[in-house]
Amino acid sequence: MRMVKWSAAFVLVIAIGLAAFVLITAPRALSDQRLTVLKTPGNAQRGEGIFNAGGCASCHATPEQEDRTVLGGGLELASAFGTFVVPNISSHPQDGIGLWQARDLANAMLEGVSPRSEHYYPAFPYAAYTHAKIEDIADLMAYLRTLPAVEGKTVSHRLSFPFNIRVLIGGWKFLFFNRTPVQDDPTHSAQWNRGRYLVEALGHCAECHSPRNALGGIIAAQRFAGGPDPEGKGWVPNLTQHEKGLKDWSIADIEDVLASGSTPEGDYVGGSMAKVVRNSAQLSKEDREAMADYIKSLAPIEGPVRPPRPAF
Amino acid sequence: MIRPIFTLLFLLTGFSLAQAQTDAIAQRRAIMKGVGQANADVGKIAKGEAPFDLAKVKALLSASQEASAKMPGLFPDNSKTGDTAALPKVWQTKADFDARWKKLGEDAAALQIAITDQASFKAKMSDFGKNCGGCHEGYRQKN
Repeated sequence: MRMVKWSAAFVLVIAIGLAAFVLITAPRALSDQRLTVLKTPGNAQRGEGIFNAGGCASCHATPEQEDRTVLGGGLELASAFGTFVVPNISSHPQDGIGLWQARDLANAMLEGVSPRSEHYYPAFPYAAYTHAKIEDIADLMAYLRTLPAVEGKTVSHRLSFPFNIRVLIGGWKFLFFNRTPVQDDPTHSAQWNRGRYLVEALGHCAECHSPRNALGGIIAAQRFAGGPDPEGKGWVPNLTQHEKGLKDWSIADIEDVLASGSTPEGDYVGGSMAKVVRNSAQLSKEDREAMADYIKSLAPIEGPVRPPRPAF
Repeated sequence: MIRPIFTLLFLLTGFSLAQAQTDAIAQRRAIMKGVGQANADVGKIAKGEAPFDLAKVKALLSASQEASAKMPGLFPDNSKTGDTAALPKVWQTKADFDARWKKLGEDAAALQIAITDQASFKAKMSDFGKNCGGCHEGYRQKN
């Protein structure tokens, strides 16, 4: 009798565990109610601005060529979990996303879910894009449709076990994915709020400029405080107002580095930030100043200890 | 008697080879530092934080021309490692790397003539910086 009780309890625990696992890890698409906005066609011209602010080309542009609108993918991103291969998001119907509707792009960027209802890896910065306005996604979709179709499907990611199991990303989302919308803060200026939107949502600056834990989640207490380059080469600088960060940089200095890549010390930003600058250089000066205004307001955080850096 | 002399020569050669390697890194570092400082001065002018000064603009162009002439020769095979932020791609696509230096020098030479005052500085200087960003993107470690 006792035996039966125990095994019933055991089965119940397992069942609850499984149900919780399925519930937590299940990819969740946007509700139809949120998607109603997408019924009106987007504005491609505005979408170009979203494309530049979102820095899509930094990763999705075909490597080793100059055209930022050739989005054939193929760039390899090394990480502690393996190598991610950036997909083709050109308008090619089979190899790219030419058959996507705005709702597919919205699910991808706001929820990290593919049209086949699978999780995307957070190397695709939906943790930031999730704060984007859904109207902006519609405009972006309209713009992406105007870009050339690039042939060639990209190869799969090469990830180590257990990170190659996509369903586990549901667990990552449960732990680290914060969908809370970024509301305008009335105590700050319109410029600051615009800057916050560009930095936090579209620009996804914190995705690289924050240290991450062993599971690939941003360490919240050190957000924007820099850290080792996730690709394993060098260091990503601290953007906060700490003296190891941008304390000595003026708003004009931050605007200028986003416009030209030139730092106040006369150096030029390198690596993937050089690609970011190619996008931010396309924004209006007002938008770059808004980003600078917001970045200048980031509370000082010391961040991880940086090793001494070689000069050249 | 002959043996200690050879040993000494051998050691000296080894020492000077090692020296040549650190020299190349030290030299390119000194050159880039000079360009960076000159560029910082010009950056202040461009941002309106310092008054226009043609001499400072010319100094940046001259430093860029000097770098263009000397830098391609400062990446011997034995200077790939050490206290350097140069990425392996420098040696993998050396022809492109050298061509970019050449273009920097040519652009700087053209601007030496074209920039004569504040108006021509404002109109013509901004594209020049793309030369810098172009190389820092793929040839130098992010830092």
